[in-house]
Amino acid sequence: MMNLESIPIQAFLIVSSALFCIGIWGLLNSRNAVRVLMSIELMLNAVNINLMAFSSYVDNNLIQGQVFTIFVITVAAAEAAVGLAILLSLYRNRVTVDMESFNLLKW
Amino acid sequence: MSIAITTQIICFSILSLVILVGAIGVVLLESIVYSAFLLGGVFMSVAGLYLLLNASFVAAAQVLVYVGAVNVLIIFAIMLVNKKEDLKPISDIKSRRIISTSICLTLLSLLIRVDLTNVWSLSSPQNSIGEESTIRIGEHLFSDYLLPFEVASVLLLMAMIGAIVLARRDVMSKDISTGLPVDQELIEKSSEPLLTNKN
Repeated sequence: MMNLESIPIQAFLIVSSALFCIGIWGLLNSRNAVRVLMSIELMLNAVNINLMAFSSYVDNNLIQGQVFTIFVITVAAAEAAVGLAILLSLYRNRVTVDMESFNLLKW
Repeated sequence: MSIAITTQIICFSILSLVILVGAIGVVLLESIVYSAFLLGGVFMSVAGLYLLLNASFVAAAQVLVYVGAVNVLIIFAIMLVNKKEDLKPISDIKSRRIISTSICLTLLSLLIRVDLTNVWSLSSPQNSIGEESTIRIGEHLFSDYLLPFEVASVLLLMAMIGAIVLARRDVMSKDISTGLPVDQELIEKSSEPLLTNKN
């Protein structure tokens, strides 16, 4: 085994790829709307891990990736608030959180 | 970073194991409450990964915003919509599962292949700026990223107002038809769902 100076960036990238794919799977397969929101958060976290890894390994003097991660965290917080508000008003009108029953716009 | 490489590898392995197992638990567990708490664990482990990458400020922001705000918000939403319901069975659920799982596995293998085969031109993370990163982020936010910073503040304001407007319940002090004052305590029980009969 080669003598490592630090953890290879590929390890971080593989973890974030796996996390992203788990998030997509959850997004496609969940019936509960709250779980769909959780899957979106997982995907955003995978993107954040990617940005942080590249910021640390490629651009460790300017760390613009960390600034981008801060912005992504901000947008994720706003998304969670609005998403859960939509979920609440949806639940108030339909009395269910089953994704299969939200088909009003389906052709 | 001053931590020995063996310690780093052990920490990384534990953290990534917690992240992946926790994420699988989030999407697969029956109980949505367990999923929410596991999601908190995943967020904490991601913060640990950020610490391994010499980014203490972002790790703190991750814990504060994700665990402290987003996860609590999700748990509140679960509490508000927590009703046992029997889901209608879907006829083609099996084919859907197969298609989505194969799409995810294909995407995963593609991404891992790109990760492993691409030659990254990297500088060594050994000479990273470490604790100075907080100062550097502050400089970025108030010089070259000033416009996105201000736009983010407007976005947060819009999200706050939007969430209030969407989640608000219209409560009137007087009944429109009779003119009598409405008993505010009964609003929760008396409100009829609007669209339930459409399906």
